[in-house]
Amino acid sequence: MNPHVTTPAIPGILPGGHETHSEPAAPVVYGLLAEFATSDDLVAATQKAKAAGYNHMDTFSPYPVGEAADALGYTKSEMGPVMFIGGLTGACSGFLMEYWCNTYGYPLNVGGRPYFSWPSFIPITFEMMVLTTALTGLFALIALCGLPRLNHPLFNSKAFDRATKDRFFLCIEAEDPKYQADPVATLAFVKDLHSLSVEEVME
Amino acid sequence: MATAEMPPGTRPPAGLPLEPEMHPLVQNEHTLVSVGEALGSVVLTRKHPKGWWIGFLAGFAMLQILGIAVTWLFYMGVGIWGINVPVAWGFAIVNFVWWIGIGHAGTLISAILLLLHQKWRTSINRFSEAMTIFAVMCAGLFPLLHMGRPWFFYWLYPFPNVAGVWPQFRSPLTWDVFAVTTYFTVSLVFWYIGLIPDLASLRDAAQKRWQRIVYGVLALGWRGSAIHWRRYEKVYLILAGISTPLVLSVHTVVSFDFAVSIVPLWHATIFPPFFVAGAIFSGFAMVVALVIPVRKWYGLQDFFTDHHLDVCGKVMLATGMLVCYGYFSEFWMGWYGHSLYEWGTTIERMFGRYGWSYWCLLFCNLVVPQLLWSRKVRRSESWLLIISVFILIGMWFERYVIVITLSREYVPAAWGQYSPTLWDYATMIGSLGLFFTLFFLFIRYLPMISITEMRELLPRKQGGGGGHSLMENAP
Repeated sequence: MNPHVTTPAIPGILPGGHETHSEPAAPVVYGLLAEFATSDDLVAATQKAKAAGYNHMDTFSPYPVGEAADALGYTKSEMGPVMFIGGLTGACSGFLMEYWCNTYGYPLNVGGRPYFSWPSFIPITFEMMVLTTALTGLFALIALCGLPRLNHPLFNSKAFDRATKDRFFLCIEAEDPKYQADPVATLAFVKDLHSLSVEEVME
Repeated sequence: MATAEMPPGTRPPAGLPLEPEMHPLVQNEHTLVSVGEALGSVVLTRKHPKGWWIGFLAGFAMLQILGIAVTWLFYMGVGIWGINVPVAWGFAIVNFVWWIGIGHAGTLISAILLLLHQKWRTSINRFSEAMTIFAVMCAGLFPLLHMGRPWFFYWLYPFPNVAGVWPQFRSPLTWDVFAVTTYFTVSLVFWYIGLIPDLASLRDAAQKRWQRIVYGVLALGWRGSAIHWRRYEKVYLILAGISTPLVLSVHTVVSFDFAVSIVPLWHATIFPPFFVAGAIFSGFAMVVALVIPVRKWYGLQDFFTDHHLDVCGKVMLATGMLVCYGYFSEFWMGWYGHSLYEWGTTIERMFGRYGWSYWCLLFCNLVVPQLLWSRKVRRSESWLLIISVFILIGMWFERYVIVITLSREYVPAAWGQYSPTLWDYATMIGSLGLFFTLFFLFIRYLPMISITEMRELLPRKQGGGGGHSLMENAP
């Protein structure tokens, strides 16, 4: 989140319980959350929002919807190269470890075979490659997704519980320049997306 | 076919399946909500059936036997086992190979069948991945206990030490350490990554506070963002891609433990494929033996359908025939190779002191699985259950027959005999207890069928992804 963005809530559409005008600081909007019944509606709405010039947005669904990611402009994930580098590092370090151990660390004559008998180092090189690829994948996935993050503004929305169940959501975030320029027009735009409901989510 | 005319990358309109489905993989008109409820309620709200308690308590009782056996072992040392000089590994390696073989079916189902677009894998993959992890735990137990001083297990790994000693990497036993460690870790990573969206689903569906906290923490705050999904699918696909050679490599390395030696009938190039096929054979038998009672207790026949059992039966038949080809090949090489020792050991294996175990193995692995040619048998729960138990026993005997070969090799002076003691049996039964305890805890506390993947598998008119499978979304 951009800390400089402090978009005030749009008067009149605050969900229940959030109309706290007496609080010293006005509640800050995280974004507008639109709810859809099917993945096709979600994809159509996302494409429309992209075409309208919104960039800071995200979609949420109970199972992967590739077209939604395409519509967001995230057509290719970075995990391939990341895991490749992880695997390569593991393979090289595994091989070098074996080379060093059996050639310099503790050279042992086994049946007259050379100390650097590289063919017998291949199985462990392979295993190390697989191990580091998998661990790189796990940690890179968690890190790039910004997880673990147990609190998120979207969890303030009650309707959002269904994002892991049977509903599809589009969130236009408040830090989007177009939203910043005209929050009211953005709200009107989102309401026009034929969603089941629109909610303003607070930070 | 309509899908063939469409430009690549587009999905067919709702209602049109991606491919003609001959067998519905989810029975009845399930929706996104009903799938979540059917699978999530097992963990969150439903009372646990009597069968679960019986299974769990039986497993837990056997686990106590393991506790006693291991305590006595730590006190007395490995001398309480029947191992001796010609047969130095005994039950420990028999059980190690048996368990790790069972684990391999889980990886086959979750990784290899994913790459092969076998969508029927979806309902049994979580279940069998869990089976893999617990089976590898049981497998790992045996070499550790057999070491005599298991508290020095870390000596197996290269680490700087005052003695200046480093492992000898030309030995398959060292490879085995790395292979099994990697296999366990990668299986765990694969399983956990698959679980994350389901844990988030449980977190949002849970009513009880402790469930929300525990599943919430384990779900790491997963929100189902499209960008996260895209990364997730790519990781999942690559993990499947690397797990495929991994599972083959692990059992290949296990077979090298034998094949790299010069013991007659062990020193054979058939060993790696023979071992891998046997692993999958026994692993599928374990999957079937677990699925049949569990689906009955929890009424999950909509997801574990008869079609799934049918396919598992076919896989068992095919891998069983591969294994039997291995037996034939061993016999053939013994005869055709004109080596006195190879042939002598073959005869000894068939008609010697331990000959009964060879015929037992052939009966369980060659004769009994022939019943699977019949479609009626493959669709009958009781027949499949009986056959899979026979296969599990048969595959145990296969490893026993291989290990017992050591009792007769080249020089008569080195001949000996092997008989397991009470503590060998106690440790073996105890490992079954460990497996069942962990497995029953798993089906109680985690979704045994992937909720996310089942939702994706639903036809599009029921709200699902139309049988879209993970890898089709992962550029």
